Amino acid sequence: MIRKVSRRGFLKGLAAGGLLLALDRLQAPALADSSTTGAAAVVRGPGEPQVWLAIAPDGTTTIVVARSEMGQGSRSTLALAIADELEADRARVKIVQAHGDEGRFGSQNTDGSRSIRQDLVPLRRVGAAARQMLEAAAAAAWGVPITEVAASNHEVVHLKGDRRAGYGALAAAAWRQPVPAEVTLKTRDRLRYLGQENQPSFDLGDMVTGQAIYGADVSLPGLRYAMIARPPVYGGSVAKVDDQAARGVAGVERVVSLPAGRVPGGFNPLGGVAVVATNTWAAKQGRDALAIQWTDGGNAHYDSVAYKARLIATVQKPGQAVARRGNVDRALGRAHRRVRATYYVPHLAHAPMEPLVATAHVTAAGCEIWAPTQHPHAVRETVASLLGIGVDRVTVHVTLLGGGFGRKSKPDFVAEAAFLSREVGAPVRVQWTREDEIRHGYYHTVSAQHLEAAVDRRGQVEGWLHRMAYPTIASTFVPFLNRPLDPELGMGVTDLPYDIPNMRIETGPADAHVRIGWYRAVANIQQAFAINSFVAELAAAVGRDPKEMLLALIGAPRRFEAPKWNYGAEGGTLHPVDTGRLRRVIEVAAEKAGWGRRLRPGHGLGIAAHRSFLSYVATVVEVAIDADGNLTIPRVDSAIDCGFVANPDRVRAQLEGAAVMALSNTLYGAITFKDGRVEQSNFHDYQVVRLNAAPKQVHSWILDSEHPSGGVGEAGVPPFAPALCNAIHAAIGKRIRHLPIADQLLPKP
Amino acid sequence: MDLIVNGQRRTIAAGEEMPLLWAIRDVLGLSGTKFGCGMAMCGACTVHVDGEAVRSCVTPVGSVAGRRVTTIEGLSPDGHHPLQDAWRAHQVPQCGYCQSGQLMQAAALLAEKPKPTDAEIDDAMAGNICRCGTYQRVRAAIHTAAAGGKKGGAR
Repeated sequence: MIRKVSRRGFLKGLAAGGLLLALDRLQAPALADSSTTGAAAVVRGPGEPQVWLAIAPDGTTTIVVARSEMGQGSRSTLALAIADELEADRARVKIVQAHGDEGRFGSQNTDGSRSIRQDLVPLRRVGAAARQMLEAAAAAAWGVPITEVAASNHEVVHLKGDRRAGYGALAAAAWRQPVPAEVTLKTRDRLRYLGQENQPSFDLGDMVTGQAIYGADVSLPGLRYAMIARPPVYGGSVAKVDDQAARGVAGVERVVSLPAGRVPGGFNPLGGVAVVATNTWAAKQGRDALAIQWTDGGNAHYDSVAYKARLIATVQKPGQAVARRGNVDRALGRAHRRVRATYYVPHLAHAPMEPLVATAHVTAAGCEIWAPTQHPHAVRETVASLLGIGVDRVTVHVTLLGGGFGRKSKPDFVAEAAFLSREVGAPVRVQWTREDEIRHGYYHTVSAQHLEAAVDRRGQVEGWLHRMAYPTIASTFVPFLNRPLDPELGMGVTDLPYDIPNMRIETGPADAHVRIGWYRAVANIQQAFAINSFVAELAAAVGRDPKEMLLALIGAPRRFEAPKWNYGAEGGTLHPVDTGRLRRVIEVAAEKAGWGRRLRPGHGLGIAAHRSFLSYVATVVEVAIDADGNLTIPRVDSAIDCGFVANPDRVRAQLEGAAVMALSNTLYGAITFKDGRVEQSNFHDYQVVRLNAAPKQVHSWILDSEHPSGGVGEAGVPPFAPALCNAIHAAIGKRIRHLPIADQLLPKP
Repeated sequence: MDLIVNGQRRTIAAGEEMPLLWAIRDVLGLSGTKFGCGMAMCGACTVHVDGEAVRSCVTPVGSVAGRRVTTIEGLSPDGHHPLQDAWRAHQVPQCGYCQSGQLMQAAALLAEKPKPTDAEIDDAMAGNICRCGTYQRVRAAIHTAAAGGKKGGAR
């Protein structure tokens, strides 16, 4: 339930004497039709109170945001959710970033595109409860019925008179009001921030003036700077180190060995040797001067060329059936035509513009951390375990993140700083270089997928076999796991919304030789690529328009519950798979893109659609390929149905960014290994899309929807790669089945 | 050695080989200039030296002794350079990390070519990576600033 908070000092400087509101625990989001449900219904369970907002006597309203900001914009949008229901003037709202404390704030894990979809409604309730308390305080002070007062833009007005009182003046009295048992959320027409245009980020001004504080921008007295030489092979360790030259570098103070890493490594550091210095440059010079002999361990044979061949061979053979409907073998045996194709997607590295960095200060009292983390709770647990102290003695201050994309969910880099701070007895900042980030990642998995379809005489698809092999993310945490698990299969495969009578999903074995992690859109990347590419291949095989083939496979509008996994606890019945919504985004994207229009030679349109993170996105890519094989993208049209849209401009921004990131993945993205070592190192050999290669125009079409909010940060990524490859096929007849595209478009010599 | 940083003479106690980036960040404590790659591949560290955009991560601080260095903190006295306003109007940043470099690069472009074409923007800005993918808005905001703040300015 929502509670007042009488204790002081949860967060320093929060409105002493004003109104503080807390929720017991932020859990499952409210139901879609919750506009009149009581606040008590939203949140349940005991626990430490959480402070979400405070109104100071001068009216300044401080809103606490517990999710991390890494470019999605949700830090501001969540604050606006409270501000809107509070009927606050956003010019008088300040944001405070919560420190890591899941007991108080509920989940702070910022991945899985979950911030808005999980927190929007509960936080709206907090704002609404505070508004009702302010109204009640004013009504009581004026001796008028509550029905005669209304909150409006940071004050409460008497509707039948001319009295008005500002929130600052009312705050103390409002705090003495009982928390309303029922809160009433605004109807859509009353919302002034949510769903509206021109709601810029609270951080925008700081970001354009260099004032925004990211991980490396935290300064502490006595700060030391560290860089670490890590084992080049996963599971490797230091055999011998000669640090004489490193110690001779001006500014170098200490050389410190880290505990050897483990396999599987989980969230733990990789080990290696650290150089601690008085500035970053000295630390780097010292680190580069270390002469280390490594013991490589069991992954030294990992070779991407050989591994690719093995994965592709694996998916040609029958695998383990994990889901089935009807009888695929019979359908394939009877087929008028069998269509088959094998797809391959390599490892990817996150490469956020801010390389990993973290600052820690270990004292007798505990460990204080400043880090750009997506997952402060994982930081606390990992650091506590490493240092052998209680989780409650680890304080995590979350800075802005210079991009995350899933990499900064993993706290290995933060734990390194904590270890080194304890060793040297001073605050330590560990700075990763770009090379460190490319070579010591938690990589997007490497996958092969084989699809086979049975097509009857009328061109109908009667059978569908999808077989895949890739190292599972779970292999990073649990030994011996070597097949995709339900959360991976639930990303487009077991929830595939195609109306085909005979289907079977199979998995094959694939051992991990590196840390596998989640990367923006996760398994949807490879699975949406294979599925949507294959649909276009089927269309070509039977001479049908690809969009019509896609709609035919999806079939009539219907709803069903995703059978295996549906993006966590709140998926379930609140977010069934809805083929009507999927059809609609396809129709809108196609219409806006001018599907079927006449194109110049060398141009092509491709389409793909995918449900992920409980949202629906269809993308049409127009590609242009010249005689030299140069590829440009004049236009992209993406249509999204993500339910209620809290911040339309940020949704568009996410679709624009998803197109660029997915283009990087598709055109260039490949991390490869030889002798267990990553072959790439920086942006010259791990290329990403630059302004001159970016799509010239990404048009984002947001479908108005009353469904509960789905995720947005990732959902734009999956359909892009197959839409692009389908467009390439339409333009020049070449089918790309193995990513990256790289030089596959060059004319044959 | 002495540098003129954002109009102020600053004395830097560091080896001449230290990249200007780390001198700005670690020695002077100006944190708006960002580290991204360390090899002039991404542009996050872009500053102006005598008005010209340079990659501070590969510029030895000794090579700019006595010269005028401008960082994002000094791009405008009040944070309202026409590009900064255009960046606000288009809500360009996502994570924001690369935007100091994008702005410094764009400012050098406009100083040289007040009304750049798309092709000139491509040329000038291709060295500045944005992993969030804000390129379309970067381009639009440069046009807006070039048009004196009018959104959808001439192409």
